[in-house]
Amino acid sequence: MDMFLDYLKAFVVGGAICAVGQILIDKTKLTPARILTGYVVVGFILAAVGLYEPIVEFAGAGATTPLSGFGYVVAKGVQKAVGEQGWLGVMTGGLTAAAGGIGAAVLFAFIASLIVKPRDK
Amino acid sequence: MAVKRIGTRTLRFDNRPSVAGYASIVGKKEGEGPLAKEFDKIYDDSYLGEASFEKAESRMQQEAFERAASKSGFATSDIEVIYAGDLLNQCIATSFGLRSSGVPLVGLYGACSTFAESMMLASMTVDGGYASRAAAIASSHFATSERQYRTPMEYGSQRAPTAQWTVTGAGACVISDSGGGIRVTHATPGRIVDLGVIDQNNMGAAMAPSAHDTLTALFTDTKTTPADYDLIITGDLGAVGLELLMELFKKDGVNFAENLGDCGLLIFDRKSQDVHAGGSGCGCSASVMCAHIFDKLRAGSLKRVVFAGTGAMLSPTSTMQGESVPGVCHAVVLESDVER
Repeated sequence: MDMFLDYLKAFVVGGAICAVGQILIDKTKLTPARILTGYVVVGFILAAVGLYEPIVEFAGAGATTPLSGFGYVVAKGVQKAVGEQGWLGVMTGGLTAAAGGIGAAVLFAFIASLIVKPRDK
Repeated sequence: MAVKRIGTRTLRFDNRPSVAGYASIVGKKEGEGPLAKEFDKIYDDSYLGEASFEKAESRMQQEAFERAASKSGFATSDIEVIYAGDLLNQCIATSFGLRSSGVPLVGLYGACSTFAESMMLASMTVDGGYASRAAAIASSHFATSERQYRTPMEYGSQRAPTAQWTVTGAGACVISDSGGGIRVTHATPGRIVDLGVIDQNNMGAAMAPSAHDTLTALFTDTKTTPADYDLIITGDLGAVGLELLMELFKKDGVNFAENLGDCGLLIFDRKSQDVHAGGSGCGCSASVMCAHIFDKLRAGSLKRVVFAGTGAMLSPTSTMQGESVPGVCHAVVLESDVER
């Protein structure tokens, strides 16, 4: 039952975050690229002021999977690196923490480009 | 010297060159639309069996040209000059598609107005006696346009609700000094009109003022009114732009909703095909003209038609720099000499 509740929380919170993106596409003139980067920035800022952590604790993957979660990972990485190495961490922490995600994106994009061909929508 | 010029900027073709033959090639989505039966060839594979979307678009131009020539009873080598264009950087669909033709090629860029522009120039060339047979061609492809203006298909981006859908298609016609059926009688070249619309997803609104400008000049110069034509067809304003054009004319006291049409609204069923504001791209008006409209003129069911091609003359760079969208509209008057 607990596991089901975890899924439900992840679904509702993750879905709500994505729904905001859909509303931005439908109702504003923002391009998808701007919305995506906006999500990263908002996630970063919320994490920096300590507001994203509680959402992650509550919803788990529902908050870490959307792009705002990427901003959260970067912010957390900076905080950690600054704690360990001082102000140099501002430069190194973000990319270090996000390395897994970035590496996976590059690798999977490369594999996908080898095995599939784009189609018309 | 300028004896064929009337009014402020309309060209009168005294020799009334004819549209001797025409052909249209389209993709799968267009082949599922209301005009499906009228196209010469429908390709279900948007690659046309080629390695890239760009090569596929080039193939469509080549095939449209070859079919138009053969349908007009000529060999491709009988065509003396080609006016053609597309939407890609450096117009590669055109120069790659027609490189094996062996015919002198004048490459054009007029965004979605390219087919009207090429028809106008081909008619001027034939009417002026510089060629007996000239071809006018234009093409666009959904996937190459997405890469050119927005993001590549691989990126999988979402589309804005007001965006028009770029047609995968090519149209070609042969303008000749002999034969009859469809005659080109006048043309009015357009000037750039820019009222400062910024949104590149709402190109209909950016182009409507240019259509209003050119059509007003055409009516004034030829001393005609909209009622003198069976059909005034724009290509492609889409639903939003067409409504705006009607409003602009209403302000002038000219009311014509009944004989006003748009190629972008004809090619798709907007309700069932999820194309938002309608079709666009220079292959849209080219394929609709080279099937639906020329068929009707040749059958005599349309007698006199204004084809007003409208182009949004933006580039990805100008959009990213926050520039507005300049519009242009070239109009061509077509008459049927077929008795019904």
